[in-house]
Amino acid sequence: MAEFPLLTKDFGTQDLHERAVYERTGGYQGLREAFKRFTPETLIAEVKTSGIRGRGGAGFPTGTKWSFLPKDVFPRYLCCNADESEPGCFKDRYLIDKSPHQLVEGVLIASYALQVNVAFIYIRGEYRDQRLLLERAVEEARAAGFIGKNILGSGFDCDVIVHGGAGAYICGEETALIDSLEGLRGQPRLKPPFPAVKGLYGQPTVVNNVETLCNLPHIVQRGGEWFKSLGTEGSTGTRLFCCSGHIKKPGTYEMLLGTPIRELLEEECGGMRTGSTLKAFQPGGGSMQVLLPEHVDLPLDMNEVQKAGSSLGAGAMIFMDQDTCLVDVSMRLVDFYQHESCGKCVPCREGTYFESQLMHKLEAGHATPAELATLSDICANMDGRCFCPLGDTATWFVMSAYKHFRDEFEAHCNAGECPVKARARERAA
Amino acid sequence: MSLSAATRAEIETARERYPQARSAILPALWAVQHEVGHLSPDGMEEVARILHVTASEVEAVSTFYSMYFQKPHGRHEVIVCINVSCALRGADDIVAHLERSLGCESGSTTADGEFTWSSTVECLGACGGAPAMQLDHRFVENLTPESVDATLAAARASSPHATTGPGDAVGAEPAAASSGERRRGAPAGGRTRPRRRTKPEASDG
Ligand SMILES: Cc1cc2nc3c(=O)[nH]c(=O)nc-3n(C[C@H](O)[C@H](O)[C@H](O)COP(=O)(O)O)c2cc1C
Ligand code: FES
Repeated sequence: MAEFPLLTKDFGTQDLHERAVYERTGGYQGLREAFKRFTPETLIAEVKTSGIRGRGGAGFPTGTKWSFLPKDVFPRYLCCNADESEPGCFKDRYLIDKSPHQLVEGVLIASYALQVNVAFIYIRGEYRDQRLLLERAVEEARAAGFIGKNILGSGFDCDVIVHGGAGAYICGEETALIDSLEGLRGQPRLKPPFPAVKGLYGQPTVVNNVETLCNLPHIVQRGGEWFKSLGTEGSTGTRLFCCSGHIKKPGTYEMLLGTPIRELLEEECGGMRTGSTLKAFQPGGGSMQVLLPEHVDLPLDMNEVQKAGSSLGAGAMIFMDQDTCLVDVSMRLVDFYQHESCGKCVPCREGTYFESQLMHKLEAGHATPAELATLSDICANMDGRCFCPLGDTATWFVMSAYKHFRDEFEAHCNAGECPVKARARERAA
Repeated sequence: MSLSAATRAEIETARERYPQARSAILPALWAVQHEVGHLSPDGMEEVARILHVTASEVEAVSTFYSMYFQKPHGRHEVIVCINVSCALRGADDIVAHLERSLGCESGSTTADGEFTWSSTVECLGACGGAPAMQLDHRFVENLTPESVDATLAAARASSPHATTGPGDAVGAEPAAASSGERRRGAPAGGRTRPRRRTKPEASDG
């Protein structure tokens, strides 16, 4: 029988961030069972069976990623990616705020499966309180014998280090994260070699998202087959969706994958706020393409949303109403990518700069049709040509918005002001 | 020696914690900023000495990250998000209000040295509570002009460094206020109402 929710089940429990309380809700049972019932190999197989795909954005099957580690090469490292900086995304913060031990337990289970003796949790600098909560959880776990030497008599040793970033979106990209963790400027590395082969300190390394790891205690306890029975064939389990924008109840909601987006919007989020009707939404965070009202009947399924031309990405849903200017939204996102471009490759460094210049001119109503064409050109020359996906994704929203709202983009040309805002102002007057 | 013994000890502890000393650069820079208020050239040189790298390497790393201050900032740090989710819920008005209230532009420090503030395109991860800002790295969400003023007034009235500030030490306590909130069950990332749900019949799984 499907039971739901999974990760957020006990989030109403008082003081869940404390170890004793977490253990009372069944916490650290997953780790105990992992030692008792699984060898590292069978544990990797179990995770493969579950069909779980990474929750960090790319949706790569976790068990498959784990099996890429070369045999007998040690030491190996695990990096939990808690750099969460995707525009619209705040689920990892929520998971840590509510239940830091669930993450620590997930990190330990993954470390056991991968035979990792030092695991890192890389958390973005802005998440100060979350870092402190995690540090405290790690110390509590150490005191209780879940971290350290010969954990629970299993013979397995593992240390967990919480590492605070210092403000750089690119450090969420797995190889940039590794560079940053090595004490370098956080710039992406050329792949291959992939981190699984040569990652942190040149050793085999797995990078997994916070939410991915938080699923592990549940997969261990209930089994991979059970997990696979949740959700859809291509998207198993549940996911946390961060909902924001013009809705009645913004927040994080854990949903069974396969549920229609409409249900998330209308039941969980309470629908659009009074006076607002849906004009467009972004289903996966700032990097992903815009979708239209007709798409709310799509299921929360990674493959289905991809077929519609976008992606569930990092699980952020941004809903926009009739008065939203898609040029303005594009401009803000482009500004973000320009600000966060690490400068390593030319198409991204220069491309985002020109994109931003043109977007500002367009939004202000001063761009010419020829400049709008140039914008398209620039994007076409960036997408697929950048060193890492940051530069590619800097074009996805703009280009999808231009495709779906071409009139709106064109109406900005030589208009002297933003026509959408002018219209909204008139209506309000 | 430009850094206190405690800060130096903190950096040495960080160095020992990592498989390679160099990995301690970020925590070490946080420690310097916590003590000095920004990254002083002397402080960076000392980090370099303790971690066995060159001072220019430390500086090169420091300039990559937006949260390290290369020059002194105000007593409090205010960062307001203007990315999409916040913009959709009025971030521009909050920015305009802050500029009026503090009497200086984004990116600058008030004349009395109380606040350094800036608007940022970096989503703070508080979009469920948009519009949002951080005061000394603590979230303040669902902003209104009134709540902004109240927050600023409370910060002004606080004793110097009542908050641990941007570069707080590893191992400090989480903010009493925000963890207290969490204890009462108010989710930090907005509201949540996880509901029991059965697998939809129509799913193709
Ligand atoms: C520019 C950029 C930013 C990223 N930011 C994050 C992030 O903040 N958190 C995250 O988990 N993954 C992020 N990713 C994806 C990671 O590279 C990586 O795929 C992921 O952490 C793997 O974890 P998963 O397999 O569990 O999803 C980012 C990727 C790119 C290209
Ligand atoms: S958009 Fe402002 S916090 Fe995310």
